Amino acid sequence: MHNKEQKKENILRNNGFQTIIASLLCIVIGLLIGYIVLLIINPGGAGKAILAIIKNFLYYPSAVAAMKYFGTTLVKASALLMCSLSVLFAYKVGLFNIGAAGQYVVGAGACLYFGLALGMPWYVCLVAAILVAALVGGISGALKAYFNVNEVISCIMLNWIGLYCVNMLLTQVKEQSTPYTRSLTSTNKSALLPTLGLDKLFSDNEFVTLGVLLAVIMAIAVWVILEKTKFGYELKATGMNKQAAKYCGMREKRNIILTMMIAGGLSGFGAGIFYLTGIEQWMVQQTSVPAMGFNGIAAAFLGGLHPIGTVFASYFIQHITSGGTYVDKTMYCTQISDLISAFIIYLCGFVLFFKIWLNRFLDKREEKQGAKEQKGGEA
Amino acid sequence: MLLLIQYTLIFASVLVLVALGGCFSEHSGVINIGLEGIMVMGALGGALMMKYLPAGVPAFLVILLVIIASVLVGMVFSLFLGVAAIQFKADQTLVGTALNLLGPAAAVVLVRAINTAESVDNVSSTVAYGQAKKSFIMNIGRFEFNWFMLIALLLLIAAYVVLYKTRFGLRLCACGEHPQAADSVGINVYKMRYAGVLISGGLGGLGGLVYITAGVSEWKFENGVAGFGFLALAVMIFGQWKPVNIGLAALLFGLFRALSNVYTGFDVLVALKIPSTVYNMLPYIISLVVLVFVSGKSRAPKAEGIPYDKGQR
Repeated sequence: MHNKEQKKENILRNNGFQTIIASLLCIVIGLLIGYIVLLIINPGGAGKAILAIIKNFLYYPSAVAAMKYFGTTLVKASALLMCSLSVLFAYKVGLFNIGAAGQYVVGAGACLYFGLALGMPWYVCLVAAILVAALVGGISGALKAYFNVNEVISCIMLNWIGLYCVNMLLTQVKEQSTPYTRSLTSTNKSALLPTLGLDKLFSDNEFVTLGVLLAVIMAIAVWVILEKTKFGYELKATGMNKQAAKYCGMREKRNIILTMMIAGGLSGFGAGIFYLTGIEQWMVQQTSVPAMGFNGIAAAFLGGLHPIGTVFASYFIQHITSGGTYVDKTMYCTQISDLISAFIIYLCGFVLFFKIWLNRFLDKREEKQGAKEQKGGEA
Repeated sequence: MLLLIQYTLIFASVLVLVALGGCFSEHSGVINIGLEGIMVMGALGGALMMKYLPAGVPAFLVILLVIIASVLVGMVFSLFLGVAAIQFKADQTLVGTALNLLGPAAAVVLVRAINTAESVDNVSSTVAYGQAKKSFIMNIGRFEFNWFMLIALLLLIAAYVVLYKTRFGLRLCACGEHPQAADSVGINVYKMRYAGVLISGGLGGLGGLVYITAGVSEWKFENGVAGFGFLALAVMIFGQWKPVNIGLAALLFGLFRALSNVYTGFDVLVALKIPSTVYNMLPYIISLVVLVFVSGKSRAPKAEGIPYDKGQR
């Protein structure tokens, strides 16, 4: 009996377990707040609307259609996963990469330009997206390392500069009558990512490609680099204490720049595997940076800042974002899911406090139990 | 030329207000990255007040009520940051980012709900306030004088006085430099930090209101405030956290922002044939360049960004 109790306690004290509990709590509270907001707007359809958000593609009664939209959600989630890995990688090194959005944008610009204007095959486009995005990330890193510019502010500035540049660049390859870029399918088929037969699994959804697999592989790669290599260790050490890292002979400036370049590259990769499926065209009159990079922040923190946790968190965030499009639009708008994911990020700020509180609670309980046992022994 | 001055002054007013907000919050020791979101919420409060005010209210009252609405909404919204960062010791960058996402999303959801409730076919996120907006503007010759320019100037002077000449301001700064020392002489650090965040919320909200009333008579909330909250942070850093310098920095940034609106009026600039997008990018590029030069010897409050823990030495 006593042993069993001990075991249960151990699980509760386990850091990973605590993280999972905290994330689940964030999700539940986030959804609850979303539900309350829906209730305030229009009490009539709130229950149905929140169910629609949670169900997403299951909204379709036929299995074929559901599978197809499941595939689409996966494609979007894989791009989101890359953005959140980018945020996570930088955060582990003590940098807040809010520029994932802008790096994603320039990545999209690069791969679409290479595919549409230069007629390159997909692997060249993908590499171009990674390199250009890494360059933009590297600028933030270099500014931080050499001029002590706060990376959050430089990233935001680069987000806007990137957006305007990409709009200007892609205007050259847009369709005559619409503000959208030409589609890859009609212009340059070789720039489309190979599907490897994955499309068959998802009711012939031709957008499910190699990219989905690559994203998961990258998540594992990030985990290996950060946790199992000397390079990752050095980066993390630099993030914890720049001076100490320098004292130990690490090149702290190089490490900061490299980190931001890798983070940028990851976002660019995400843009590549999204736009090179041909699922969406770029709108050259966009006046705001796509939400992908910002949702990446949500996914990274919701995943407990662990690359594998991020895989699930990214899927969840994308799941409710896509689900938002199924709410009854005569009453609500699709942005309700943005509101929910914003709340989830906000709640993630409390995770540390939650863990401290939980540990303190367990300590107290143990103390009480200890005292009780002692009393029992005396009697 | 007159138009350029007019736009420069109005955009500078926005930047001054929001940057002063950031300044108060950082002097108390809390980094307020969420100014962008606070601006959107403040703008929403003001816009809705303008929308629902009945016609025929005297101009002075309109100005007062609208300002109160946006300041209050900004303050309430900034409490999200205050509670998380001060009470629960959360990561300030993370919570600030959450505010930036929360603000526009909440504004869009709310405005759309209101619009849809008015008529089912209306799914836009636009609030129109053409009538009420006229109260803010007074024509002096061909120059459109906006009361907010005066208000921003007065608040700038007030901020200088409060920060350097009053007991409250000096105590506030102490909490951002060395909270433990401040606590040891009997200053309530938590209270001071709440005060700093609330002031920044109010100023940020007001700044948002000024931004959406600058030049246009309706606002589409899906657009947010286009990174102005972050430009204001750049202004604040450029001004080295000092009100007077912030005022000058804001004028410079306001000028570049105004250029994108009015460059077509200058034959020299049109002759250069630079695409308009470049002018749109200008404020952001300038701020990056400026940051490179001033960030090295930054005079940021020493304890900013670090949650205050009584037990820590």
